[in-house]
Amino acid sequence: MREKKTNEMKLILQSRSQNEGVARIAVSGFLSSLDPTIEEINDIKTAVSEAVTNCIVHAYEESVGTIYITCQMYGKTVHIKIRDTGCGIEDVEKAMTPLYTTKGDERSGLGFAVMESFMDGLRVKSIPGKGTTVYMKKTIFGK
Amino acid sequence: MPVKLCKEGTTLVAFLSGEIDHHSAIALREAVDGAIKLVKPQKLEIDFSGVTFMDSSGVGFVMGRYKLVSFYGGTVVVKNASERIEKILSLSGIEKIAQIERRDKAV
Repeated sequence: MREKKTNEMKLILQSRSQNEGVARIAVSGFLSSLDPTIEEINDIKTAVSEAVTNCIVHAYEESVGTIYITCQMYGKTVHIKIRDTGCGIEDVEKAMTPLYTTKGDERSGLGFAVMESFMDGLRVKSIPGKGTTVYMKKTIFGK
Repeated sequence: MPVKLCKEGTTLVAFLSGEIDHHSAIALREAVDGAIKLVKPQKLEIDFSGVTFMDSSGVGFVMGRYKLVSFYGGTVVVKNASERIEKILSLSGIEKIAQIERRDKAV
């Protein structure tokens, strides 16, 4: 059985690139009560950065939309949901293939691969034209 | 600007610092590309010793600079990357296009 929810943060940001750093700082601040190691906090910051960047670069492209971030603690396990109401992804499986990108030379196509490798779990739900939601979780063992 | 650029003979060294994400990579790219076009280096060294955070935008940054430098016939060396940065870089197989010099090799 899942543990009881012990804390929650909801954050709403505009899809402006300077908010990539804001999202990282907010999430790492929220998690500080779990006393994570630097490694653990950096894993989560990196994954959050990737998901938020996807919203900015892909979901809303040239326009400015809204990014909804929800962080929940269930004991030592953190669930992070990052949602946009942007263009959505036609083929999620293809989008998650390492090195696959639709954005040319400056994007590595590694966003989902990084999320996958730094978190304990990753799920992506997307409806073309409606938006995308990324669910990630990680258990913090701490110092 | 979170980058310091030095020319040493035909080598251009870019000392990066701070956080590298999609946001900061935009200015970083402009600064470094400007210098590459001016210097046309035989070797571009990208030094990560001052970098406190990097996501996959850093991989795109290295790949993009590789393209430009190789246009002028030069090569790319990645220096002083932390274990974490190296892990992210290696997800892309970056060692196929850039030589990686490990941190604290001399110590």
